[in-house]
Amino acid sequence: MTQLDSYTLAHFLLTSFALFTLGMIGFLIRRNLIIMFLCTELMFQGVVIALVAFSRFHHNVTGQTFVIFVLTVAAAEAALALALVVLLFRRKATLDASAWSSLKG
Amino acid sequence: MTLQPAILIPWLPALSAGLCGLCCVRKSWRRLAAPLTIGAIFASFLLAVLVSPAVKPFDPAEPDLAPHVVTLFSWIHVGDFRVDMAYFLDPLTLLMLMVVCGVGTLVAVYAAGYMAGDRGYARFFAGVSLFIFAMTTLVMADNLVLLYLGWEGVGLCSYLLIGFYYQKPSAVAAAKKAFIVNRIGDLGFALGIFLIYSTFHTVSLAEVLSLAHHVEEPTTAHLWIPFLLMLGAFGKSAQIPLYVWLPDAMEGPTPVSALIHAATMVTAGVYMIARLLPVFELSPYALPTVAIVGAVTALFAATIALCQYDLKRIYAYSTISQLGYMFLGVGVLSTVGGMFHLFTHAFFKALLFLTAGSVMHALAGQLDLRKISGLRTRMPITCLLMLFGCLALAGFPFTAGFFSKDLILADVLVRGLSLHQPLYTTLAVVGLVTAFLTAFYTFRLWFRVFLGPTRYELGDEHHAADGAHAAGHAADAHDIKIEHVHDAHEMPWLMNAPLVVLAVGALFAGLFCKSWLAGLVTQSSAAAAAAHSLHAHATLCGYDPHLAMEFISSAVAVLGIAAAAYFHWLNRPAADSVAARYRGLVSLLNHKYYVDEIYDALIVRPLRALGGLCFVLDRLIVEGLVALVGFLPRLLGLGLQPTQQGALQGYGLGMAAGIAILALLIALALGT
Repeated sequence: MTQLDSYTLAHFLLTSFALFTLGMIGFLIRRNLIIMFLCTELMFQGVVIALVAFSRFHHNVTGQTFVIFVLTVAAAEAALALALVVLLFRRKATLDASAWSSLKG
Repeated sequence: MTLQPAILIPWLPALSAGLCGLCCVRKSWRRLAAPLTIGAIFASFLLAVLVSPAVKPFDPAEPDLAPHVVTLFSWIHVGDFRVDMAYFLDPLTLLMLMVVCGVGTLVAVYAAGYMAGDRGYARFFAGVSLFIFAMTTLVMADNLVLLYLGWEGVGLCSYLLIGFYYQKPSAVAAAKKAFIVNRIGDLGFALGIFLIYSTFHTVSLAEVLSLAHHVEEPTTAHLWIPFLLMLGAFGKSAQIPLYVWLPDAMEGPTPVSALIHAATMVTAGVYMIARLLPVFELSPYALPTVAIVGAVTALFAATIALCQYDLKRIYAYSTISQLGYMFLGVGVLSTVGGMFHLFTHAFFKALLFLTAGSVMHALAGQLDLRKISGLRTRMPITCLLMLFGCLALAGFPFTAGFFSKDLILADVLVRGLSLHQPLYTTLAVVGLVTAFLTAFYTFRLWFRVFLGPTRYELGDEHHAADGAHAAGHAADAHDIKIEHVHDAHEMPWLMNAPLVVLAVGALFAGLFCKSWLAGLVTQSSAAAAAAHSLHAHATLCGYDPHLAMEFISSAVAVLGIAAAAYFHWLNRPAADSVAARYRGLVSLLNHKYYVDEIYDALIVRPLRALGGLCFVLDRLIVEGLVALVGFLPRLLGLGLQPTQQGALQGYGLGMAAGIAILALLIALALGT
């Protein structure tokens, strides 16, 4: 605990920012559907850390409650998304996202 | 005896109309429509006779409402404006009820045979029942709003029944024409009612009549009321300038022409003026205008009738002409004459139309005078019946038409002589000329159709629907015996029996009903106090004008018949040579003075052009604006379409950039 106390809010927010940015960059530059999906998870975790940190430092449990919800939803979404990825792979035998551009205007 | 049963008079036919509508549902029920209608109208007639002892005389000078009004229910009640579903009975109402329901019953009996086998049998009788409902409401109305309801109701039924053969474009056009022309008149009538309410603050007939009777100094509004009401009367009763719809209305089935367009509905205008006589006396110019329009219409329509070839059209123009006489009658305050002529005209004109219908029926729709000749051997009874009708219409001595027409003409003459006004004397002369023309064209028709060598061409209308006829025939054979020989044939007695009753009326109604009818009219609001004092001191060359007029008009009628006999029976080539000599005139008359064409050029075409212009404006401007509103978002979408690349990363980048810009904006906003 004492060790943890020496960290300030800024540290946590920086970690959160780093995670979110990594996730976003990964999402924007990778084409592999699974990697892109993992990147979105990374962004989730970035947001979650920020929430928990604020909750801890502002003595408000609402943030932590939210985190529980986010994790639950993320789990459900992971199940759906992976199933979708499997289906998409079966259609085109590739995981490249650019193969799915038939909605082009 | 109370007036209470009178409530049922309009509602029995209304019930019958509803039941006839139900009869349309099943084919086997259709033939029930005729007995229903006949029963309902006859019951109304009986009720009218039944309540007649309870009907009290009405005097607008000292109105006492209680004995005259029967209230069914309160209809509209807003503030101090109140309109009840109430019926007003005075002797004039009673007279109209007997005409409407009596002639209505006879025509319905005739129609039961005439319309047999038609696909719209039940629809036809529903229309007739509804018409009787509207017409009885009109004559029994206790207030102007209810009167207007009946007025519009008969217009609607007229429209429905003219357009009965809705597959025929000419019938549809005629129905529309009748409706639209009547609308013009009705607008005047409606405005008149509004003006009456704003002037007298009531729409109750008895109150309006009493108030109008006691007006000392007429204001401008008072002077306008009769002219507006007059417009309505001219539209409904087919007078110049709104008469053009009536000849075309002959597209309807013949019983409809007889009932609605000859005997009852078209006389509503005459009834309305007679009923509201104290209101028409508000303006010193109103009744003379009515008289002049009536006389001019009478002459005008009679001249057109001279050169028509279509049987029903000749009778239509003669109806317009005879209505002109009625207007002339009420216009010179001879309401007894006007109503008397209305009464006798209902008999003989219904008879004439129905016999014309028999000829048409026998000759498979043939109505062209040039293609019919010498039918007396084929249709002896019809021949005789039509002769009686023609005699009455021509005003042959001692027939019904003779007495009523005479009374009008003599009253006009008396008014002219006693007031020393050449206007009325001129109108009397115009009436006499018209009487000569009437006798001539009536007998031109009769001599052409029934006398001379037997020669005729069948029409192309083999009783409208022969297939339906044959199918319905086996079932109907035991109660309606119609032999379908496709040659000229006499009508069955189901159709001829009502005609016999009408013929008796046409011959004797004048002789026996005159004093009874005069008693009824003088005891109602139509009684004109001014007219009676005039009769005493007027002479024509030392003779009593009424007696003199009887001799003059007898001579005129006999002369007209003799002329017709010469030209159209004994020496037909002479008629042709005369026609050839005055070809221009004959063509002018045959084309009805080109009035339809003139109206077409002056009114219909400009209105159509205006309609076209409005249509184009609507298309270009209104619809264009609406289309533009729909097109703008599409244009925007078209512009943004290329941004949809279909690449997931592109969308992601857009989202991220958008959030970044938002975040930047918020940061800037908060920072400063």
